[in-house]
Amino acid sequence: MTATFPDLYMSPRLLAPGGTPADLATHQQRYGPLAYGDPDGVLRAVAESGLTGRGGAAFAVYRKLVAVADAGRRTGRAPVVVANGAEGEPASHKDKTLLRLSPHLVLDGLQIAAQAVGADEAHLAVEDGASYLEAALARRSDPLRVNVVRVPKRFLSGQSSALAQYISGAAALPAHQDPPVRERGVRRAPTLVQNVETLAHVALVARYGADWFRTAGTPAQPGSALCTVHVPGREVRVVEAPFGMPLGRILPIEATTSAVLLGGYHGTWIPSPEAAQLPLDATTMGAGVLAALPTTHCGLTETARVLRYLALQSAGQCGPCLNGLPRMAAAFQSLAVPGPQGTTRTDIARWAGLVEGRGACHHPDGTTRLVRSALTTFASELDAHARGLCTATDRTPLLPVPQES
Amino acid sequence: MTHPAQHIDIDWAACQGHGLCAELLPDHITLDEWGYPLVEGTPVPARTAKRARRAAEDCPVLALKLAMR
Repeated sequence: MTATFPDLYMSPRLLAPGGTPADLATHQQRYGPLAYGDPDGVLRAVAESGLTGRGGAAFAVYRKLVAVADAGRRTGRAPVVVANGAEGEPASHKDKTLLRLSPHLVLDGLQIAAQAVGADEAHLAVEDGASYLEAALARRSDPLRVNVVRVPKRFLSGQSSALAQYISGAAALPAHQDPPVRERGVRRAPTLVQNVETLAHVALVARYGADWFRTAGTPAQPGSALCTVHVPGREVRVVEAPFGMPLGRILPIEATTSAVLLGGYHGTWIPSPEAAQLPLDATTMGAGVLAALPTTHCGLTETARVLRYLALQSAGQCGPCLNGLPRMAAAFQSLAVPGPQGTTRTDIARWAGLVEGRGACHHPDGTTRLVRSALTTFASELDAHARGLCTATDRTPLLPVPQES
Repeated sequence: MTHPAQHIDIDWAACQGHGLCAELLPDHITLDEWGYPLVEGTPVPARTAKRARRAAEDCPVLALKLAMR
């Protein structure tokens, strides 16, 4: 179970207080009624709110909504809307937590978004908790019926083209995106794939307006975001924090912290003094995973564990990813073991250059980002390893990696 | 105002590294150490357009696309 302490950072917007799931009555009492019937007003409010996607790419929600609505008009096909709760990232718990505590907020947002783009079909894609969400849906009287889709538990299942493929009846694998999913997605209809947290924010913007939304965050990045916070020796927590808040206030960054992993397994390692000052930023936080690495642990070993997992999670469709990721993972594993390094560092740098930007999805790019940041942030530890030393004292695995043997 | 130019775009999920494209367009495409195309990012000049179309048509898995941008 993931602990939630939403009140620590701001008055909670998304997560039901007290860690108790909000049923429909509680939800309606807390947030008030939701008015349908003004899709243009919703589009305007979303545009003025500055809301960006919370699935990791931080794309402007308004622009995506308009692109899907336009594609629908242009092609004469009613769009499909997919609420993306397929949180394939093992270190991220925020979508699962949101769906468990505030399912109706997400479902409200799904209806609002569907109406804004003129959709006639809606799906909610999740890995877990499908029956719980079906029960929540059965209590509502929504304008548009929602189909709950159970997706395979894989890192890439939540990738938007993989989701569109899966709902169309094919395997949940990323596809070449030209034209993009927003123009040709589920069964070739224009498709809006939007992260569940994003939809929850949409439900609030539709109720309370853009000015209210902008009371949290910064003028350039308004609003708040859910973060999954990993601190060694403590329960994993999901917190809601406003953009602009220094990372050092979201998780404790102490003298015993050597680095912070920002943005999860497609994210970046940042040395702790620098991380403490960095503001929470939509363009660097990915899907909001923050993990503190204590000085007792070896950042190279942790990175090698994650890289092995990422290489295994490659869909194996694209040559550079299929070839490059296992080679980078194996080479990194050899760097994690103290001893002579030969040409390993330059090999890794070359392979990183060869996989970057050469895939149907961003799996190679995200993996490259993690690799490069590890080589920089743990440079002195790399030098120590080259001399046959490792400064870590604790070999217990830290970051969650499924199916590790 | 510049006209949109033809760019070579690879469907990475389809490409199987046959390498024909590198033989037909050696000035624009080389192969990486695993046999997959490395594409020069610059637009395809008018004099190469015909050979580029040929490369797109001849790719055994139709993974080479010509995109206007």
